Amino acid sequence: MSDPIVIVGAGQAGGRTAAAVRAALPEAPILLVGAERHPPYERPPLSKDLLLGRSTPEQAHLQPAVFWEEQKITLRLGTEIRWLDRQARRLTAADGSGMVYDRLVLATGGRPRRLTIPGGDDPRVRYLRDIDDALALRAAIRPGLHVGIIGGGVIGLEVAASARGLGADVTIIELGPKLLGRMLPGSLGDWFAELHRSKGVTVCTGTALTAIEPATDGLVLRLAGAETLRCDLVVAGIGIVPNTELAAEAGLDVDDGIVTDAAGRTGDPSIFAAGDVARAFHPLLGRHVRLEAWRNAETQARTVAAALAGAELPPPDVPWFWSDQYDLNLQAAGLPRAWDDLVWRGDPAAAKFTVIALEDGVVVGGVAVNQGRDMRPIQNMILAGRPVDRAALENPRIQLAATARNLGAAS
Amino acid sequence: MTWHLAGKLADLDPDTVGVVTIEGQQIALYLLEDGVFATSNICTHAYACMSDGYLEDGIIECPIHAGRFDVRTGKALGAPVTVDLETFEAKVEDDAIFVKMP
Repeated sequence: MSDPIVIVGAGQAGGRTAAAVRAALPEAPILLVGAERHPPYERPPLSKDLLLGRSTPEQAHLQPAVFWEEQKITLRLGTEIRWLDRQARRLTAADGSGMVYDRLVLATGGRPRRLTIPGGDDPRVRYLRDIDDALALRAAIRPGLHVGIIGGGVIGLEVAASARGLGADVTIIELGPKLLGRMLPGSLGDWFAELHRSKGVTVCTGTALTAIEPATDGLVLRLAGAETLRCDLVVAGIGIVPNTELAAEAGLDVDDGIVTDAAGRTGDPSIFAAGDVARAFHPLLGRHVRLEAWRNAETQARTVAAALAGAELPPPDVPWFWSDQYDLNLQAAGLPRAWDDLVWRGDPAAAKFTVIALEDGVVVGGVAVNQGRDMRPIQNMILAGRPVDRAALENPRIQLAATARNLGAAS
Repeated sequence: MTWHLAGKLADLDPDTVGVVTIEGQQIALYLLEDGVFATSNICTHAYACMSDGYLEDGIIECPIHAGRFDVRTGKALGAPVTVDLETFEAKVEDDAIFVKMP
């Protein structure tokens, strides 16, 4: 019996990798080790249905408990791996126990970036990363409470929407000039600011938080310009820091993520990485990227499993992402660093529209608000990588699917 | 089970999923090369209408999280969707589409 394939990190990427490896290698011993006490689960429901009290933690689990036993995947939860010895192919857990691997997958994800401003380390400042965070937040938010949200990215906006849904008053403090500034063109960030304002949220962009001070039954946010904001609850959503320490201490190449090739291989032929922690070479973008998205975890898990099994790798995906806020669905595809043209389709006033980003006439990205059927044609046009008929994109009477098909056909 | 009038063939095209409510249930109608097919219109993963989704090669993609289903069998083709869509028998007579339901 050979040493097992060990997967460190039992989140979505780790869980899916284990399942995919089992499907490809029916006899291989597989050990899935996770620091959290929960079995593998996906995170999107944490800021939405779970926070709203509309779903249970079990509904976020990737699989029912019996699945891991049935698949003969040994699951060790509540176990943090502290040391990786690549020479001995040995891992050491926090409790001192050791395990050897034949091959290793690092799917250690990320942890919330913490506030470093004075008072930012107040234990009452909350973060939302895992099921326990979400359950605690759900229990704490009540109608009429004032919730201060630090960070106008996806987590901040989804928590804002859910908090409004729970009857709380909400203020969003965002340092940058736009909401969703990392993800979307500025004009769309403005649209989202108006969306949240229309729902009664106070949105402060271009606003620096300088300190947090305790107050009776709450916290005071001190903003640049001497303004203060008293909150009953504060949630910070300012990004994640990839959990690369295990890899870095073992001498693997780390650069805001564990660096891998397109197949998820690190510089060590026995070690792979997948999910939020991985900075993988993306063949479509021609560069390394670390993606924090549900689909990325799914795709990289399948890719790493294929590489482990010596099977054909799945084709690369266009980066794709969704966010649900209130009753609105936002999707974005592509990860362009630049664009010289934006085409808007649909009706922003009716919250049903699509924005397509072009560079040199080629579709490089797209965003759809309540118009998800446009996302597949947009991804197809990104994959085609050829200049598209811009007039057709602009013409509301011409379906995007038709324009995308014509682009694909013209080779 | 009886055949219910569901719509007109002329209202469907390969890119346009039709929707009709029969006996209080929303039904999606799809025009494929080999005929008209019918499934429940509501995604099994989250509330969304398949009639707002993207149809290609006999696969309907849910408009909000891109879950994919085989239109002919209703089979959920992978995460995020795991529960199949209910399917209904459909037939076309002249220009009329009929769906078989209780």
